[in-house]
Amino acid sequence: MGAVDQLQAATRTPLIALLGNPNCGKTALFNRLTGARQKVANYAGVTIERKEGSFTSPAGRSFRVLDLPGAYSLSAHTPDEAITRDVVAGLRAGEQAPDAVVCVVNATNLRLNLRLVLEVKRLGLPMVLALNMVDVARKRGIAIDADRLAEELGMPVVETVAVQSGGEKSLLRALDLMPYDAPVKAGPLSAIDAVPVEETQREVRRILGLTTSHANDSGNLTEHIDHVVLHPVLGPILLAALMFLVFQAVFSWAAVPMDMIQAGVDGVGQWVSAHMADGLLRSLLVEGILGGVGSVLVFIPQILILFFFILALEDCGYLPRAAFLLDRLMGGVGLSGRAFIPLLSSFACAIPGIMAARTIQNPRDRLVTIMIAPLMTCSARLPIYALIIAAFIPNREIGGIMNLQGLVLFVLYLAGIAGAMAVAWFFKRAMGANRQQPLMMELPSYHWPHLRNLALGLWERVKIFLSRVGTIILTLMVLLWFLSSFPGAPEGATHPPIYYSIAGMLGRGLAVIFAPIGFTWQICIALVPGLAAREVAVGALGTVYALSQTGDALATSLTPIIAQSWTLPTALSLLAWYVFAPQCMSTLSVVRRETNSMRYPLLMAGYMFALAYAASFLTYRIALAALGS
Amino acid sequence: MITLDTLAAGQSGTVIHLAPTDRHGDAGVDVSRRLMELGFVPGERIRMLKRGLPGGDPLAVRVGESTFALRRFEAALISIKPE
Repeated sequence: MGAVDQLQAATRTPLIALLGNPNCGKTALFNRLTGARQKVANYAGVTIERKEGSFTSPAGRSFRVLDLPGAYSLSAHTPDEAITRDVVAGLRAGEQAPDAVVCVVNATNLRLNLRLVLEVKRLGLPMVLALNMVDVARKRGIAIDADRLAEELGMPVVETVAVQSGGEKSLLRALDLMPYDAPVKAGPLSAIDAVPVEETQREVRRILGLTTSHANDSGNLTEHIDHVVLHPVLGPILLAALMFLVFQAVFSWAAVPMDMIQAGVDGVGQWVSAHMADGLLRSLLVEGILGGVGSVLVFIPQILILFFFILALEDCGYLPRAAFLLDRLMGGVGLSGRAFIPLLSSFACAIPGIMAARTIQNPRDRLVTIMIAPLMTCSARLPIYALIIAAFIPNREIGGIMNLQGLVLFVLYLAGIAGAMAVAWFFKRAMGANRQQPLMMELPSYHWPHLRNLALGLWERVKIFLSRVGTIILTLMVLLWFLSSFPGAPEGATHPPIYYSIAGMLGRGLAVIFAPIGFTWQICIALVPGLAAREVAVGALGTVYALSQTGDALATSLTPIIAQSWTLPTALSLLAWYVFAPQCMSTLSVVRRETNSMRYPLLMAGYMFALAYAASFLTYRIALAALGS
Repeated sequence: MITLDTLAAGQSGTVIHLAPTDRHGDAGVDVSRRLMELGFVPGERIRMLKRGLPGGDPLAVRVGESTFALRRFEAALISIKPE
């Protein structure tokens, strides 16, 4: 290539696509190439993650690189694979066809990985083969003749170690040597299916026979570990212990940083209050914006801790094993074993739980898991449960071991789980998925999680959470502040100001709808700001009952007031309401983002509202009848 | 010749044949074809690593250098010659 050609070619930024089987270390290689220069979004119209990054090669050429979803085959059995196929073949609208395909293969498992390489080769695109994890392969006594392999496959073959600094150098050199003169059009997709799988596999065996030798099959470590991890008795015990640790960490480790964030936000609020004249702007800043930001930021420690565990367990290969152990149990209601982690997370907060549902590959399973996640009793319900239980349920021992208040709380948790199971079963039926779903889940070899990948993964989650959810919540909080503040109270008002506001009018209007389930107008008004986050309802009740305390003091002093002004059926009805009600805008906005559609958050709000109303109605009427009033 | 779902844990065999499946199911997954793409191709050696509890479902099966979790109905499509 002449200097002029080179110059011309250099003006265009080539797009490289990373393609490979799941578990081939493709994403680690992507991270190694791009560092933090990544953009994570969704492919248009679907919920599959699109990761693009950029890097500059040693020769000074800049590249764009796309980390395609993992695929076992281009004949595309899953939505992920369909995306991979269409992008590689340049058939996906809105996506540029790649200038070159880097096929990433796991050097310890060429028998499986090479089949995909042969399939992609039939499309006739410029390709490079990255023999990843060669270090592990060498340790296991697998010798691969890379030159011979390049000769047999007819493409450059480079060795990479994605988890090692500098492990990507050979790939960079190979990419610099490619021409990128003009975009190459991919051959027809029918070329892929032209050869039967058996024949492709025969070709793989032939190539492996010529290029690899296996020194000794000294039994591998993964199998020894699996002997314990997948053991019928030891396996579930280990899983339970691990989950206990995760749950414990999310609740207790997060407590201190959460308090600190809350204190920090409160401190800023107080500072603003002290230094600004009382007025609309101050109210907006303190109650609207700081209150809104605080209610979002406070979840960050929980999200970080939870995703630290999820990413670490996923990276080392444990997560599919947990799904294996639980598959049978969860299968009872038509969920996959993979739904376990997101649902467990949802006990802390449905938002990280719904985000964790990304680890479920089957889109239908993922959707059902997202839909039932908010039925797991999240920590935001606790303040309300605590308030009502303290006011209405006598603190009495039952049978000498149980406390009635504790028992009621336990029943509320159980009601959420039972509701979730029923809804999952119903959704699966409604979606016509009563036939047996294939599992076919790879249990990859174990390896140590890599801190760099963990850190990048965590950073990505936090970024998503802060930017998107933060802005939506913030907008809603400001909107709710506006609704609760305008118009102000008239002169000589007998009720608290919120009574006269738009939120108050809404609440009083809602009272017509909620009267059959026993809610008073005060409760209805509290439900409106409580939409932003469940626990806000406690503060709103305080405002309605014109109290000036905040926080814990509020809950304590509110208790005797509501104990006097509500009847027991009303209180029980409100408890039943909070088990099911879609009282959390942040959750709905995350569902909107994760499913990329308005349909599912609306469906979720609809079904939860219906369930909540039905449950409250039954509770109220039965309680009324039982109390003979 | 037996089908893979009846193989006891710890036993090995060689894949002989996969029962053809139509492109059924709402996901439109051709299960047999998929199994082949995962490596369950005639001539490959396989080993039953673990069977889940209760009911021996799902199964952890070693094929080539990989391990896959399969449900019993999937494994029943694979005819093997036990060793």
